[in-house]
Amino acid sequence: MAKTEARVAPYAFVSPFFIVFAIFGFFPLVYTLWVSLHDWSLLAGNQGFVGLANYRELMHDTDFWRAMTNTIGIFVLATVPQLILATVLAQVLNSKLRARTFWRMGVLLPNVTSVAAVGIIFGLIFARDYGIVNWALGTIGLDPIDWQGHRWSSWLAISVMVDWRWTGYNALILLASLQAVPKELYEAARIDGASAWRQFWSITVPMLRPTIIFVSIVATIGGIQLFTEPLLFGSGINAIAGGSTGQFQTVAMYLVQQAFTGQRFGYASTVAWVLFLLIAVFAIINVALLRRIKSVD
Amino acid sequence: MLRTKNPLLYIGLTATVLLSAAPLYFMLVMASRTTDEIVSLPPPLSLGGRLFPNLDEVFANPDVLFGRALVNSFLVATVATVCVVVTSSLAGFAFAKLRFKGRNILLLFVIGTMMVPVQLGLIPLYMLMTKLGLNGGLESVTLPFVVAGFGVFMMRQFAQQAIPDEMIEAARVDGASTFRIFFSIVFPALRPAAAVLGLLTFMERWNDFLWPYLTLDSEHPTVQVALSRLSSGYYSDQSLIMAGTFIGTLPLVVVFIVFGRQIIGGIMEGGLKA
Repeated sequence: MAKTEARVAPYAFVSPFFIVFAIFGFFPLVYTLWVSLHDWSLLAGNQGFVGLANYRELMHDTDFWRAMTNTIGIFVLATVPQLILATVLAQVLNSKLRARTFWRMGVLLPNVTSVAAVGIIFGLIFARDYGIVNWALGTIGLDPIDWQGHRWSSWLAISVMVDWRWTGYNALILLASLQAVPKELYEAARIDGASAWRQFWSITVPMLRPTIIFVSIVATIGGIQLFTEPLLFGSGINAIAGGSTGQFQTVAMYLVQQAFTGQRFGYASTVAWVLFLLIAVFAIINVALLRRIKSVD
Repeated sequence: MLRTKNPLLYIGLTATVLLSAAPLYFMLVMASRTTDEIVSLPPPLSLGGRLFPNLDEVFANPDVLFGRALVNSFLVATVATVCVVVTSSLAGFAFAKLRFKGRNILLLFVIGTMMVPVQLGLIPLYMLMTKLGLNGGLESVTLPFVVAGFGVFMMRQFAQQAIPDEMIEAARVDGASTFRIFFSIVFPALRPAAAVLGLLTFMERWNDFLWPYLTLDSEHPTVQVALSRLSSGYYSDQSLIMAGTFIGTLPLVVVFIVFGRQIIGGIMEGGLKA
């Protein structure tokens, strides 16, 4: 009796997770692939199997490729400085500091703020006519910038939002693994006369490599799904279009636009799968690139 | 490790923390001004006296339903938090301490769930909710989030080191069932991790935007959706947008200031690392 109980119990313990996930997580995932092979609209429903037609259409869809360029552009512009800053910040937070918890909480504060709030706040900070950034540019004698109006400037503004929100969080994750690095390594390096900078490159960065890979994969997943910041940066009735000429529409925004404004579920599902493949490809590139860190030096 | 008494470190850190807090400060400044003041040059950098009148106006707007949105967000986040903590503790304990067939594969699956982007499932989730008749209501933004792969993984990591095997063995010898062991020994021991997981889940649900934005109807907004309504469309009075954003952000900032030490502790113990 007791034996049976002990054998069955583990499954009873894990089943709530798996049952709910199967319905609301796994099923939608697989079903997206099925939907992407159909002509399927929000109101009319399934209009029949079309095979890879949606995928073929996507290849020639200039709006999609523009959104793709925007997404990758913003992602690179945001992620590279973010990871560099986070690694340096982690190193700084790892020194013997007074009021350690205060500094750590300080750098995590932006992460507590919702993306929606971040989009709205930065939208006003980067406003063309009365925004604080343009005012500051004016006081040092520079011309104001129409942040929303151009491709490069909107990318930059959106990257600043992403970096503001995530740099501190990543720094803390890196710090956690930095604390596991044996102190003797630094001792030995110091005795050998290595500078702080040299220690950083020859000990810290290689030791952090697995965590840097983890953090950059998470940043990749987040960056390629970018949606709320550009949506609320634009504001207005047609915010989902990402600016007057789609200059900051991301793939995720394009997906939602196709699905809910354009009512094309099948086509939007195709966008979703391509997005997924993109994340996978970037994750692999990430790992491959970061593997080479060890050979630096 | 760098040298310790370097004043440059403190200057750098102070600048970083100021940069972290500055947008929140500007939000408060703009929330406490009239729109005329916000759109004047130079932009105001100190607090004005309009915060409460602005808030009154935000709450009075019938298109935004801000008061209801606050209650909705609170309900949704609380239900999800309680469920995630319970289901994650159950599964995390099983993965950490019980032996059963398929354990490793199931655990790998749990970890895999953390890698999948949300957008991938949006469309079928929308269709599913429509079939179930739940689109538009609060159930649609609650049900999918009563479990979390991240939570299961985090509780497993914690249970592995926090609960000695001998304790479970001893209870078993005394004839306790697995459920009994969970409720009287394991769950109390998991409490610190459960607190961190609960805080993080609450924050994540409170801040969720994309799915609620797609599924909720105008009668059932959450705070983030109400905020997007304030800032888009026919209605875009900047000081009111900021007043709403301030109220939508305030609860979490307060929670963070009160429990920040624990959250930081949770991150440092590695609970947040996959």
